[in-house]
Amino acid sequence: MVTLRYFARLREALDIATEHIALPASVDSAEQLVAWLRQRGETWQREFAPGKNFRIAVNQQMAEANTRVKDGDEVALFPPVTGG
Amino acid sequence: MRSHCFRRLPEVELPVRVQTEDFDTGEEIARLRAGNPKIGAIAAFIGLVRDVNEGDAVRELTLEHYPEMTGKALSAILDEAKQRWEVIDATIVHRIGSLKPTDQIVLVIVASSHRGDAFAACEFLMDFLKTHAPFWKKEQTGQGARWVEARESDDSAAMRWNKTPPA
Repeated sequence: MVTLRYFARLREALDIATEHIALPASVDSAEQLVAWLRQRGETWQREFAPGKNFRIAVNQQMAEANTRVKDGDEVALFPPVTGG
Repeated sequence: MRSHCFRRLPEVELPVRVQTEDFDTGEEIARLRAGNPKIGAIAAFIGLVRDVNEGDAVRELTLEHYPEMTGKALSAILDEAKQRWEVIDATIVHRIGSLKPTDQIVLVIVASSHRGDAFAACEFLMDFLKTHAPFWKKEQTGQGARWVEARESDDSAAMRWNKTPPA
């Protein structure tokens, strides 16, 4: 299982904060996970459209497109941060 | 007769804290510098809620974060600052929850031997906090609630530290 977490504007737009999914066979990187999420429907496609500004953290560390995602990981998806 | 009083042990405070409560900069500085004669300079930065953003009046700001990541991210930023400059000690306090204009949001304090390191590390910490720590602001304006968008100027402020290694 992989835990997916969504924050801030993305959480509101997708109407979900946390979910647990079985890691799809096609997914072993952050980029592939996003591609898989896009297939969920119009809202998902729009929010994760190429060029859309969002960030991914894998196990609470900022990730790159090619960061590995494996069973047991926690992957968070969120807009660019705006603290401070 | 001299009374023998037991001094209250200083409260254990982590160098990095996220809290809903306000903070007292004077107290934080006093705690940071207490009994350390190596400290010759302290630089502090305080971020505040403004009453206007993008031309609209802001009534209220709500700050959320990713609790499991925030501590790790702030500690990593602090470690990076300690690699680059002589940082004797530092404190980062970030508030979450509902805030109003004039409220304090964030405090960064850096103690060093000399002002150069204290100023530079303090500015570096703020630049990286703004681009790497998982906090998000939602503001309540006369036009309704909206998520604050990240600024490109914050990214370039953080980027310049890659190009300018400390002397």
